[in-house]
Amino acid sequence: MRTDGLRVAYGSKEVLRGIDLPIAKGKVTALVGPSGCGKTTLLRTLNRLTDLTSTCSVSGIVTIDGEDCMAMDPVLLRRRVGMVFQKPNVFPMSIRENVLYGVKARGNGKTEYAEILESSLRKAVIWDEVKDRLDESALALSGGQQQRVCIARTLATSPEVVLMDEPGASLDPRSTQLLEESILAIRGDFTVVIVTHDIPQAHRVSDFLAFLYDGRVVEFGETRQLFAEPREHATKEYLEGGLVTVPPVGNVAAAAVPVSA
Amino acid sequence: MESDIATEMAAVRPERVVLAPGIDVARRVTGAAATVVVLLVGLLLAFIAWNGIALFRHSGVPILEVFAPVWQPDPTSGETTYGLLPFILGTLGVVSVAAALAAPLSLGLALFMAEVAPPWARRVMQPAMEVFVGIPSVVYGWLGLTVLVPFLAANGKWAGFTSGFSWFAGSLVLALMILPTVSSVAYDSFRAVPPDLRTASLALGTTRWQTIRHLLLPASGAGIVTAIVLGMMRAAGEALAVQMVIGNRPLIPRSLFQPVTTLTAQITLDMGNTVAGETWNEALWTMGLVLVTMSFAAVVLVRLLTRRAGPR
Ligand SMILES: Nc1ncnc2c1ncn2[C@@H]1O[C@H](COP(=O)(O)OP(=O)(O)O)[C@@H](O)[C@H]1O
Ligand SMILES: [Mg+2]
Repeated sequence: MRTDGLRVAYGSKEVLRGIDLPIAKGKVTALVGPSGCGKTTLLRTLNRLTDLTSTCSVSGIVTIDGEDCMAMDPVLLRRRVGMVFQKPNVFPMSIRENVLYGVKARGNGKTEYAEILESSLRKAVIWDEVKDRLDESALALSGGQQQRVCIARTLATSPEVVLMDEPGASLDPRSTQLLEESILAIRGDFTVVIVTHDIPQAHRVSDFLAFLYDGRVVEFGETRQLFAEPREHATKEYLEGGLVTVPPVGNVAAAAVPVSA
Repeated sequence: MESDIATEMAAVRPERVVLAPGIDVARRVTGAAATVVVLLVGLLLAFIAWNGIALFRHSGVPILEVFAPVWQPDPTSGETTYGLLPFILGTLGVVSVAAALAAPLSLGLALFMAEVAPPWARRVMQPAMEVFVGIPSVVYGWLGLTVLVPFLAANGKWAGFTSGFSWFAGSLVLALMILPTVSSVAYDSFRAVPPDLRTASLALGTTRWQTIRHLLLPASGAGIVTAIVLGMMRAAGEALAVQMVIGNRPLIPRSLFQPVTTLTAQITLDMGNTVAGETWNEALWTMGLVLVTMSFAAVVLVRLLTRRAGPR
């Protein structure tokens, strides 16, 4: 996927002000930046959940495999671009029904449910914890387990891209660790875009990193590169301390990193 | 339990002790009100129950006779039989068909309001429904009597209608009456499904209809059943409107197109023909007791359903 000159506004308030971001296939791209800089909005634009907000207007280009996302049926786009939310939001159903929800609701005739169920739960690193209680309510699970069921639920629909909006924000350290294992396990099979406030986590799981500030990408590049020698002072400050004392000036074009969109 | 809370508050927050007299007054006033209400309801139930069993206790009618299919309460026209089966089946039949007619429409309306309608349409329709709820039942009955019944009599011959007064007419009038009740309870239960879950469902690549079908309906299942049961309770308790269109014939209901009767309709009809202490009058009380028992069962059902579903 990639975005070019993406601008998003809620009413007259422009929240994303020209985002050019390549998202490499099969890699993990992390988005970091202070609260309110537009990370969630950017993710929601990528699978057009922004369509659900009536005040939200989008301009610019978003493509997936070269196809224009804005011209697509949003339902078809969302089948290719799944999302895991900040707050675990399992359905009030059994674990099994949660994971198979998308496949069954979309009714695409697949019947190898058992296989999909197990492989998705395995990829979400929760199979061993729930394999004996698949028919219990997902609401009975801990927050960390619920979040991994949500990941399994998304993987079960086999999207190409998985968006994750601060998936570990409300989780304990152990759950966060399992979550990271899951991300590393699916890397390669899925393209992952993850928003996180946990900078060490971004360092651990991502291949590419974008630092957003006030609706702009301040710096984008390979994660290792950005941590080792950030070009912008603000990036350095943020990656080291999570704070920006001197705001960056203007937008900086994406670094010339060779990525296939 | 109340006192537990009070002790706890006193223990955890000592400053509450200063406020204790105020709490005490509030508790006495509200406690008294609650006691009066509970006592009244208890007395009322005891009164109905006591009168309801007079038929067996005082007049010596065998309990099982209640389930006989024949109602012949008038001692001046031969041997009496106090069979309440026509009324019980009549009530159940009229109410179920009313629910079957009202449920799809109400759920459709509730879904439209909760999921599809733009906010302005919601703003118009909600007060409209409230007005709908406020229409007195006699108006429904009057409409049924002057419009529906003659219409059925004139145009329904092919289906088997004779006079137009019928089980079907009763159910249709009731269905209209309970439509707003069922819709608004179902609407509330749809709105109670957190918006997050809808978004999560759509993010899985489902259409709006698939989200309704696979998420919303299952998630608000208990609420939907509650809505329908509440509607049925309202329908079972309605006397006037039904009595005006149903034909009032104490027969076991066999055809939707023929006259039947219900517990409520028969009680209101016969009240004036009987005097207290008479066996016929006692049988009317027994009908009242049956009605109360039926709504009690419905309340228990709703409780069980809402508890099992639990909050999300
Ligand atoms: N639905 C909305 N309506 C209006 N403003 C919004 C809405 N959602 C987010 N915003 C605003 O957009 C900005 C970016 O929000 P968001 O994308 O959630 O940032 P982040 O995820 O980086 O914290 C914030 O200033 C926020 O207040
Ligand atoms: Mg956010």
